[in-house]
Amino acid sequence: MAAEDREGARSAWRRLARAGSPRATRAQVLGAILTLALGFAIATQVQQTQEGGLDQMRQDDLVRVLDDVSQRSARLDLQVRDLQGQRDRLGAGAGSQEAIDQARQRLDALRLLGGTAPAQGPGIRITIDDPGSAVLAAQLLDVLQELRDAGSEVVQVGAVRMVASSWFTDRDGSLVADGATLTRPVVILAIGDPQTMASAMTIPGGIVETLRRLGATARVEQLTSVRVDALSSPTTPRYAQPVPQSPPPTTSR
Amino acid sequence: MIPALGLLAGIVAGLLLHPTVPLGLQPYLPIAVIAALDAVFGGVRAVLDGIFDDRVFVVSFLSNVVVAAFIVFLGDQLGVGTQLSTGVVVVLGVRIFSNVASIRRHLFGS
Repeated sequence: MAAEDREGARSAWRRLARAGSPRATRAQVLGAILTLALGFAIATQVQQTQEGGLDQMRQDDLVRVLDDVSQRSARLDLQVRDLQGQRDRLGAGAGSQEAIDQARQRLDALRLLGGTAPAQGPGIRITIDDPGSAVLAAQLLDVLQELRDAGSEVVQVGAVRMVASSWFTDRDGSLVADGATLTRPVVILAIGDPQTMASAMTIPGGIVETLRRLGATARVEQLTSVRVDALSSPTTPRYAQPVPQSPPPTTSR
Repeated sequence: MIPALGLLAGIVAGLLLHPTVPLGLQPYLPIAVIAALDAVFGGVRAVLDGIFDDRVFVVSFLSNVVVAAFIVFLGDQLGVGTQLSTGVVVVLGVRIFSNVASIRRHLFGS
């Protein structure tokens, strides 16, 4: 059996060799032509496949690819709209630069009001010269009140910045403001409309006249630029708490 | 021997000439190549069986190519081109395998 198989195999090889031996028979020529065409086609197709690209894809595949692409495009469109909305919102946030500016202005105003920032501007200087030490805290308080009435924005008495919590008292014949002893003559600087404040001081029956009656002289100078350097260090309130506001504070003024 | 040389020459020519497949032929060329391979293996088997006939070989080669291409074309027209190509490739692949198995049995006796 195995011998026959081997015999058969040998005869098969012989047959193959005989068929393959180069002879110009019709079969050989036809086979050569056809296999030549086959080889050419194989090489062409292989190259075509390796080149890839859409041009050799079938219609169905192209439709699928198109579907994929359009779905992807729709998704990306959605993303674009999303991101544009986000950008617009952020851009609108940049519009709140105005809010930031407003907040900064309010901060500046509050710092001047709270006495934590030096200030300068047109104003007046009042020099109170009382050799007899007749001027008491009450008169200084009157001066301050009168200045505030006349629209002063920043006031400095001696070396003390006047703020909301400022106080005056008499101690051993000396004037004390916010715990600091004032040296005489007392110099009061006030920033505001110089004309208005000066006339408020010198009005008949006003501060200057009152002080003169006490034996002191008050000299009021209108200045184009007053510089207030004294600062007050604000204390943290122990009892007062700001009332929380749920809606944002509206500047109603 | 000469057909084998022809195959080699064809491959070399294809690589050198770098031809572009016409657009209309692009769906059919792969299937045609498979069909031609099937015919070639069938021819080799016929040689080993001692029943090789050049006329049969030529006819089977050409008809294989044409029928395969036609089936794919028909499938494309019917909207099942992809599936039908797959089917043709499977059938031809099976035939190639059986032919190769027959050739192997002839040449190696197993």
